[in-house]
Amino acid sequence: MADVNAKSVLIAPIFQNNPIALQILGICSALAVTTSMSVSLVMALAVIFVTSLSSFFVSLIRNHIPSSIRIIVQMTIIASLVIVVDQILKAYAYEMSKQLSVFVGLIITNCIVMGRAEGFAMSNTPGMSFLDGIGNGLGYGFVLLVVGFFRELLGAGSVFGFTILPTVQDGGWYVPNGLLLLPPSAFFIIGLMIWVMRSIDPGQVEETEFKMKENSKPQEAV
Amino acid sequence: MAQGNNSIKKVLIVAFSLCIVCSVIVSTAAVALRPAQQLNQELDRKTNILNVARLYEPGTDVEEAFRTQITSRVVELETGEYTDEFDPETFDGFEAARDPATGRTLSGDRDIAGLSRVENYATVYLVGDAGDPDQIVLPIRGQGLWGRMMGFLSIEGDGNTIISITYYDHSETPGLGGEVNNPRWQAQWEGKEIYDEEGDLSPAIRLSKSASGENEVDALSGATLTSNGVTNMLQFWLSEEGFGPYLAKFRSGTELEDADNTDTDFEDGEGA
Repeated sequence: MADVNAKSVLIAPIFQNNPIALQILGICSALAVTTSMSVSLVMALAVIFVTSLSSFFVSLIRNHIPSSIRIIVQMTIIASLVIVVDQILKAYAYEMSKQLSVFVGLIITNCIVMGRAEGFAMSNTPGMSFLDGIGNGLGYGFVLLVVGFFRELLGAGSVFGFTILPTVQDGGWYVPNGLLLLPPSAFFIIGLMIWVMRSIDPGQVEETEFKMKENSKPQEAV
Repeated sequence: MAQGNNSIKKVLIVAFSLCIVCSVIVSTAAVALRPAQQLNQELDRKTNILNVARLYEPGTDVEEAFRTQITSRVVELETGEYTDEFDPETFDGFEAARDPATGRTLSGDRDIAGLSRVENYATVYLVGDAGDPDQIVLPIRGQGLWGRMMGFLSIEGDGNTIISITYYDHSETPGLGGEVNNPRWQAQWEGKEIYDEEGDLSPAIRLSKSASGENEVDALSGATLTSNGVTNMLQFWLSEEGFGPYLAKFRSGTELEDADNTDTDFEDGEGA
């Protein structure tokens, strides 16, 4: 975080420093909630809300948080916000909250939220932390929507619930790929996304940690 | 970070005040939003009942349709009689099953639907005239492949002919077991008959891989365990353990009288 300016803090996490694709965080919920676009969208909004506000509040009191209990303080703030989101969804988007079920509650354990609170908000001003939270939420949401698009289109033949490819069950021609509705398919799609993103921006490729020695003889290996 | 933040006093002050602030926020949200949430749950339940009774069209005023067309009643399952002990608006079968006073434990081979405990009373929803209903909507639940499935079954006033079935809460695999809510599959249920013999309390209705006749419905392809779950819960809830005695009254045509009596009783109770 060499240069902390509003624009880079907000934009960088979407592509250059994507929390899912580069930092490989928050994979669990990305696998679970991406079966359809609308669910992905609501989940993304919930995470943006929680990440930005938790970063903001953590940053606001960062000079008073004793380092011995800082993780607990962060968790308490995050958990409170998640409960509020869950209650709001239950009251105003009941259908959606039924589909998201336990995964709203599991935002508490989403590494992205925790990671931003600990890694950024503890050492930056509230305003910047708020933007950073929104940025990372957007980065998470971007991956969720891309994965959700492919899973819903190929798994159920629709996008946002609107039929694009009429499926055979409804008298159309498209035989939906059931695998795409199951969590493992999200792994494949996220994997392919990381490949594409790193091909476009080779700077994201990690350095190899060790190199296999070529054609080593058994004696040398001992 | 400022010095002195790690003193015991500071740690306690921060922890305590944080807890107070957060708990106030959380409880405010929970209390303020509870009416809206309960309304949603209620609306969801009513929508499902209207749906299974084929009375729901997108845009229907659910509350209005429910109030004018549907009468809720609590039935004592063992005798099949209506009871006024509970208010049908608030009676919750799932809670009742856990209470020793209103539920019982099912043992081994009797527990075909995987319920472990079952209530002695259940709410039924009558469409049309409560004394001689056009349709009877029964709540059903049981174990599917991944978890409990909750649904409604609607039956014609003869207590034997099925109109429709729907599941409002299940965790079956989307595309396979999740097809229990596919309208094309649900449509097959219409006109099927629960019992094959007059006066018999053991239901004949079942899912089958090669469905034929009045008592069989096509099983869901690729979802054998879900299909077994659906068969088992119907076999259970429509048997002597479940709504069997209640439906028997409709089948033999003796229901009219009972319903009229309790009807007045209940309205008295409500006025009091």
